[in-house]
Amino acid sequence: MQIYLPIAEVSVSLILLLGLGTLVGILSGMFGVGGGFLITPLLFFMGIPPAVAVATGANQIVASSVSGVMAHLKRRTVDLKMGTVLLIGGLFGSAIGVYIFNFLKTQGQVDLLVKICYVVFLGIIGGLMFLESVRSIMKSRAGKRGKRHVHVWVHGLPFKMRFRASGLYISAIPPLLVGAAVGILAAIMGVGGGFIMVPAMIYLLGMPTKVVIGTSLFQIIFVTAFTTLLHAISTQTVDIILALALILGGVVGAQIGSVIGARLKAEQLRILLASLVLAVCFKLALDLFLTPDELYILAEFGS
Amino acid sequence: MIRFLAAILTFLTSAAAAQEEIVLGLSHDTVSISTDFDGSDILVYGAVKRENPIPDGPPLEVIVAVSGPTERLTVYKQDRKLGIWVNAESVEVDEAPSFYAVATSAPWTSVISAVEDLRHRISIPKAIRSVGAPDDVTDAQAFTQALIRIREKEGRYRLDENTVDMREETLFSTSVSLPANLTEGEYTLRIFLTREGAVVGDIDTSIIVEKVGIERWLFNLSRLNPLAYGLLSVAIALIAGWAASAAVRLVRNG
Repeated sequence: MQIYLPIAEVSVSLILLLGLGTLVGILSGMFGVGGGFLITPLLFFMGIPPAVAVATGANQIVASSVSGVMAHLKRRTVDLKMGTVLLIGGLFGSAIGVYIFNFLKTQGQVDLLVKICYVVFLGIIGGLMFLESVRSIMKSRAGKRGKRHVHVWVHGLPFKMRFRASGLYISAIPPLLVGAAVGILAAIMGVGGGFIMVPAMIYLLGMPTKVVIGTSLFQIIFVTAFTTLLHAISTQTVDIILALALILGGVVGAQIGSVIGARLKAEQLRILLASLVLAVCFKLALDLFLTPDELYILAEFGS
Repeated sequence: MIRFLAAILTFLTSAAAAQEEIVLGLSHDTVSISTDFDGSDILVYGAVKRENPIPDGPPLEVIVAVSGPTERLTVYKQDRKLGIWVNAESVEVDEAPSFYAVATSAPWTSVISAVEDLRHRISIPKAIRSVGAPDDVTDAQAFTQALIRIREKEGRYRLDENTVDMREETLFSTSVSLPANLTEGEYTLRIFLTREGAVVGDIDTSIIVEKVGIERWLFNLSRLNPLAYGLLSVAIALIAGWAASAAVRLVRNG
């Protein structure tokens, strides 16, 4: 069954769209990532113009994140206070990121830079997470437990706040900085930033993995809603029909995902996410280095 | 005397050729794109009206060319720099039809001569207009060829030889299939009658392709009131997300 998308101006299989939405929704519910880093290349592969894929992907993530957050709120695994602090940082970061993006656009080759950004960040984050999870699984097999709190310079900063849901009493400065850094990257790479946010919360802020997912989803809602609006106004590439098809699959997927996620151990969850991130990184790196089938590319004039 | 008769004969045939007119019919001249749009076939049929008997000599042939709205494109050639494939040289194409299909009643080379093709811009390469390449690009031709190759693979550009059915040099018909990835706008349909590779008659008409219903409404809203469109997208996403989790909770409790 084919469906015609009014903004993308292509006709695609509805079943395929629903399936893609479900898949990304499951990942979203399991790992607290928006799935933008996955959905955008997949939509592109289906023949949807890249600009429409990026903008509509953001819109779809709003829905799956809301669905995911509701599930997490029920289990009290969302740190609203931490989420708000991260979000404030994130909005500043987005503004800076959009500025950098426009600057790079005038310099040309912005697509390439985005791709390299993806490969570098996905590679570093995936690699670190993978190593760390393997190490902690081996440690727990050996029967030892790692130290719960490590006191470093971060804990000496002023403006201390208590984040009850996370069991943390730390300065507001690190979460603000993490939020801003993720906001910058998210604006440049056109994603919600969950795959950067999740590891940053675990490793930089020392939040417990179970709380991290709900909190990450909470702030992704706002970042992607903001991105969707910006795209609708400036590039006019948000396709509501495409978004609806993806959302229908995605909201169901997010619920399935959060159930699966709740049954897995934190280490297993992290190792799975790390493998996924590394797989996407590998695929993007191949595209950069391998000789393409078609040496020529068509682009709309001026883009 | 013989020379005089020959001259008269030539005059008569050319006059007769000029008197061959096309009477055209289309199965439909508007294409409505609705949500379940999956391509459309347009039946093009016509007759050749003439006062005099069919001239002797090579048979009359027909070319049907359908062209979508033109767009301005940049064709990039990728090049390896430091091991990575990057967009290097580029050529601007001023006018490239978003869709272009040519159907003929016989093999291309026997239907029209190169000169006539150039004059009427009928074949695919002639339908694309590229004004000039920058100085650093030496093989501008390769860029247009790449454009055609890519679009042929997508089914946007087509040359279908021998697909126009011609009867008694008078009646002709063909079916033009428009693909699912159609852009809105005015499509031009041109019909050429040829004899010995020369165009002896032509006619053109237009087909309107437009979105209807919800497709039309959404597209207009996104262009005329982008803020409202954006807010609508976000609102739909928020409601859908909330509704899904509420539904799951109901199912689990119930």
